[in-house]
Amino acid sequence: MKSMWQSGMGVLALIGSGSALADYAYNLQAPASQVAHDVFQLHNLIMLVCLGIFVVVFGAMFYSLIKHRKSAGHQAAHFHENTTVEVIWTVIPFVILMGMAYPAAKVVIDMKDTSNPDLTIKITGYQWKWGYDYLNDDIRFYSTLATPREQIEGKAAKGEHYLLEVDEPMVVPVGKRVRLLITANDVLHAWWVPALGAKQDAIPGFIRDSWFKADKIGTYRGQCVELCGKDHGFMPIVVEVVSEADYQAWVAKKKGAAQAAAADNAKAFAVADLVTRGEKVYQANCAACHQANGMGLPGTFPAINGSKVATGPIADHIQVVLNGRPGTAMAAFGGQLSDADIAAVVTYQRNAWDNKMGDLAQPADIAAARGGATEAAAPAAQ
Amino acid sequence: MSDAAHAHDDHGHHAHPTGIMRWLTTTNHKDIGTLYLWFALIMLFAAGSMALLIRAELFQPGLQVTNPDFFNQLTTMHGLIMIFGVIMPAFSGFANWQVPLMLGAPDMAFPRMNNWAFWVLPVAGLLLMSSFLLPGGAVAGGWTMYPPLFIQGGISYDLTILAVHIMGLSSIMGSINIITTILNMRAPGLTLMKMPLFCWTWLITAYLLIATMPVLAGAVTMLLTDRNFGTHFFNAAGGGDPVMFQHIFWFFAHPEVYILILPAFGIVSQVIPTFARKPLFGYASMVYATASIAILSFIVWAHHMFTVGMPVAAQLFFMFSTMLIAVPTGVKVFNWVATMWKGSLSFETPMLFAIAFVCLFTIGGFSGLVLAIAPVDIQLHDTYYVVAHFHYVLVSGALFSIFAGIYYWMPKWTGHMYDETLGKWHFWLSVIGMNIVFFPMHFLGLAGMPRRIPDYALQFTEFNQIATVGAFIFGFSQLIFLVVVLKAIKGGAKAGDRVWEGAEGLEWTVPSPAPYHTFETAPVVK
Amino acid sequence: MSLAQTDKYYLPQPSLWPIIGSVALLLMAVGGVMTMREIDNGGWVLLAGVAILFFMMFGWFGEVIRDSEAGHYNKQVDSSFRWSMSWFIFSEVMFFAAFFGALFYTRVLSVPWLADADTGSLLWKGFQATWPTAGPGLQDSVQFTPMGAWGIPAINTLLLLTSGVTVTWAHWGLKKGNRTQLILGLLLTVALGVTFLGLQVYEYHHAYTEMGLTLGAGVYGATFFMLTGFHGFHVLVGTTMLIVMLLRSIAGHFTAEHHFAFEAVSWYWHFVDVVWVLLFILVYWMI
Ligand code: HEA
Ligand code: HEA
Ligand code: HEC
Ligand code: CUA
Ligand SMILES: [Cu+2]
Repeated sequence: MKSMWQSGMGVLALIGSGSALADYAYNLQAPASQVAHDVFQLHNLIMLVCLGIFVVVFGAMFYSLIKHRKSAGHQAAHFHENTTVEVIWTVIPFVILMGMAYPAAKVVIDMKDTSNPDLTIKITGYQWKWGYDYLNDDIRFYSTLATPREQIEGKAAKGEHYLLEVDEPMVVPVGKRVRLLITANDVLHAWWVPALGAKQDAIPGFIRDSWFKADKIGTYRGQCVELCGKDHGFMPIVVEVVSEADYQAWVAKKKGAAQAAAADNAKAFAVADLVTRGEKVYQANCAACHQANGMGLPGTFPAINGSKVATGPIADHIQVVLNGRPGTAMAAFGGQLSDADIAAVVTYQRNAWDNKMGDLAQPADIAAARGGATEAAAPAAQ
Repeated sequence: MSDAAHAHDDHGHHAHPTGIMRWLTTTNHKDIGTLYLWFALIMLFAAGSMALLIRAELFQPGLQVTNPDFFNQLTTMHGLIMIFGVIMPAFSGFANWQVPLMLGAPDMAFPRMNNWAFWVLPVAGLLLMSSFLLPGGAVAGGWTMYPPLFIQGGISYDLTILAVHIMGLSSIMGSINIITTILNMRAPGLTLMKMPLFCWTWLITAYLLIATMPVLAGAVTMLLTDRNFGTHFFNAAGGGDPVMFQHIFWFFAHPEVYILILPAFGIVSQVIPTFARKPLFGYASMVYATASIAILSFIVWAHHMFTVGMPVAAQLFFMFSTMLIAVPTGVKVFNWVATMWKGSLSFETPMLFAIAFVCLFTIGGFSGLVLAIAPVDIQLHDTYYVVAHFHYVLVSGALFSIFAGIYYWMPKWTGHMYDETLGKWHFWLSVIGMNIVFFPMHFLGLAGMPRRIPDYALQFTEFNQIATVGAFIFGFSQLIFLVVVLKAIKGGAKAGDRVWEGAEGLEWTVPSPAPYHTFETAPVVK
Repeated sequence: MSLAQTDKYYLPQPSLWPIIGSVALLLMAVGGVMTMREIDNGGWVLLAGVAILFFMMFGWFGEVIRDSEAGHYNKQVDSSFRWSMSWFIFSEVMFFAAFFGALFYTRVLSVPWLADADTGSLLWKGFQATWPTAGPGLQDSVQFTPMGAWGIPAINTLLLLTSGVTVTWAHWGLKKGNRTQLILGLLLTVALGVTFLGLQVYEYHHAYTEMGLTLGAGVYGATFFMLTGFHGFHVLVGTTMLIVMLLRSIAGHFTAEHHFAFEAVSWYWHFVDVVWVLLFILVYWMI
């Protein structure tokens, strides 16, 4: 069986090379991992088999359409069953299918084997960004769409990686088994990078794993592939595969940044500083729903401009942002943003647009409001 | 379509209400069949218009026509209405018109319930469509209604859930009626294995409906209580699981896709022998194949969920079982080809649509098979490859069979031949347009374009543009169909009793248009 | 009471009842959504819908009964009723299957997964997969006592099983032409059904007020109330139908040969009975 399968693949590689099968405009993306490669081959094999069957069956049908026309004077025969042929064309497809099932099963088993990773990354889907959490190195960050709104709205020329670019890519070393622990915070998402052959739904409350081992250094792009609401089309994934040395350098840089962010939580800021910082946090985390102008989308997302919460007691405002509103799209940001960022965004919302409250929240207020609950899992979002 | 039929009510039965009241209160299977078919046609234009808006937005990268939220509403409503408002009602329309005629029965077994099964549909349609006007807009969670996204939405989500309940009620009543009619009201001598294949496929479809619609009702009921009554079926914090919804939903929705294709198989199995002037090849194996497809359809559902992270064993099981469905379906395809083989073929519009059905449905079946291969599906899941797959089986499959059936039986229903030239135009523009829309979507999916997105990366532009052009060709050709139907109702060449030279069966023994009451004394079949 | 058997299949006149039923459903759906979304007057719309639905059912079933009494229903129609009732009950079986499926899935799969490997250690630290559970996110805030099997539920099992016997006894009476036995049997069955419902209401009240067991008590509470609740609703419908049968029996509608309505109701009642036995074993007993 094995040798048959291998020689089959050999024939396939022959037909495949140089033909449309290898032209990535008409086929799966160029694979950059063993699994993706196996899937690519499997797909070619099955396509060819189907093509063969198609040609035979519809060759016969079109022959008949031409030869057995009434207008050509063909008289109808009267046969209407034949047990032998009926058995034959039940058995043959069955055998063909078994031939497909065998190599497919091997790839399934391989894809599902997530043992012995070199590196483990927890990935969390949010409406609408990805959070990455390097469990071995204690690095955490969020990754959001970097394409400016003007390009989407057609007010600026679209860049080369339109919609497939992020502020903070996921970085991994080449040739290492990377295990992905995928989950979500609010609704279903799905993490997919086609060239790496890894796709896994992100399910809130559950962790499901997947893995890949990138063969080549390079930048690989993918998207969220499970409908997750309004901005489902705008939560791309970018994976930078780099050399081991570059990876170590990146890790060191990230750790430095994390320390700086932690230090911010202990500071006290002026209103103006908080507003400037808060605007960035707002644009990155809140504007997707509440809109850049704070007007929200009537009926779906409430306006912050003039909202009772943003112009009411500050403690309630902080509570909404920290804990969200369960059962609605308003997520709990307490686990996503640092004290400094929450303080900044709350201050920004209270002082932006027509909300001229003039008051502010300090990181310490947020820490107090958390009531000793776990510290924000995240450093600065920007 | 049976206005003319009403004029032939020469039995002078009872005083029937006229005008709108006739249609509201009717207990006549032909009237009810007509109502179903008109409902389906109107809904086709509604949901088709949404598709055209979707395609217009996707003509180029960037947001031009819609905003992301409205786009999701369009996609969701397009899917829901096409499935529950177009294909299913159209098939029910065929069943109402044809099953009693084919069986030599005076009407359906339960004429009053038959009326209700239809008249709850507009209620459901109203609940669904009106939500476009409500604050927050229509449902935008996808026709698959996955939580937790579906838990988040506003009032229109509750309306949709109740609309689904009502549509389920309609299907269950309709199915019970069809099963009872077929099992209990066949003309003397018409044994089950002599019955036209269309009746067989509908019998089996009706079983699928009865077995799965209540499961869907259960699933959406749990959504409703999760939304409004504080249960935690689909919330991990309470010990539930969002994926559980997917299991229950697909336990319904995979059989559902066969609900959308088995009657199509039935229609095509009536049309092809007629125009091949040769009996259907392998009648018995057709029946067994249909039954096998239906039985298998209950054990394959998780092939829609290969990426949720199932255990290996489950993945393998669902992959193998799904692949098996190709065997009975292949038998059907081969039997159709063998029916044409050495026939005396002519190519009137119904036959053209039937031939296109066999060929294009098979393309859809093959892409289904590609998706059944779990590792490949993991790459292709939730991309345009899937969109290409299901439009091949639904548009060139289910919808084309409906066109074939309408052209085939319209002379019997209206008493007039349709305009063959316009019919041919409709056919050719539809096949060409259809392939231009949906074939490039295979490439988009392979290249990595996700479904349900209002905007896309630049490398997907060309194929999307082609698809959009095709969509407009295909969409506007359906206006020709509308013209053909209206013309045939108004007038046209008089149709004989046995409209087609090669047509066999009881429906062709009654006059055209079929009188308001037929087979009041059962014919005897030898 | 004439039972002239015609050889023609009876085809009813055009009827207004179905469209009235559709209006009722529209009002019920709109009213229901308004109520759930806390829009004013939703309750009234819902009530109007329900009222129209009842009106429709009285009217429609009344017409069916009159048709039947007029002898319109021949053997073939009778056999149609038999097929349709069987398949209707099958559809009900599948409806319950969805909820039993949910119970199975959460107990056997999702709850253990939540305490398992990565999910348990990274997301829900310290969660133990036990049944019954309020779930990892609620177990600290929601305290409840699970419903044991050997109090009211066991009594209810006895009641329903007995009622299955009494309805069959009534049927024997009907077939023998013994009207006293028929009416007495039905009376007993109705009484047992009503007692069952009363005890169920008491049990729910107890669960909500004293045991902390509510719809919101995690998947245990959700599956418990949905399964027993829908079952209870079916008992209510069944009891109502039995009452109608009782009244029709008193009015002398049924004969030893011609009484499908009665049989249909007793089929339904047995189905409700079987569901209860499953519930008793899977929901109450095996926790
Ligand atoms: C009419 C509707 C219809 C029909 C008939 C089918 C038929 C099939 N479908 Fe399809 N399917 C859908 C409607 C339908 N599907 C829809 C709507 C979705 C998407 C839902 C959503 O997510 O929104 C979907 C999605 C879908 C998926 C999930 C994709 C994903 O989301 O990742 C899969 C995966 O296995 C699949 C497989 C199949 C298979 C194997 C068949 C088989 O039945 C096909 C069998 C037919 C043939 C194979 C061709 C004829 C056979 C021969 C000529 C014999 C010889 C052949 C061989 C030996 C190869 N379908
Ligand atoms: C039977 C089912 C059926 C049918 C017939 C169709 C028909 C069409 N579908 Fe359908 N489609 C689905 C079922 C169907 N679809 C489902 C289930 C989904 C998934 C939904 C989801 O993801 O949740 C989907 C999703 C879907 C998408 C993906 C959207 C996304 O993922 O974002 C696209 C994109 O191109 C699309 C396009 C089309 C087109 C162009 C047609 C054409 O065939 C339509 C042809 C048009 C007409 C027939 C209308 C003619 C109208 C006019 C000429 C205008 C005149 C107007 C008036 C008189 C009022 N469909
Ligand atoms: C995924 C969409 C989404 C995102 C992103 C989001 N919100 Fe919200 N927000 C909502 C929704 C929906 C509500 C209304 C909840 C309700 O119905 O009670 C809301 C409500 C609020 C309110 C209360 C407003 C009122 O008047 O009731 C505040 C304050 C708020 N959000 C702040 C924020 C901040 C700060 C951020 C970013 C850090 C943010 N939101 C990000 C969806 C979102
Ligand atoms: Cu996240 Cu789609
Ligand atoms: Cu399927």
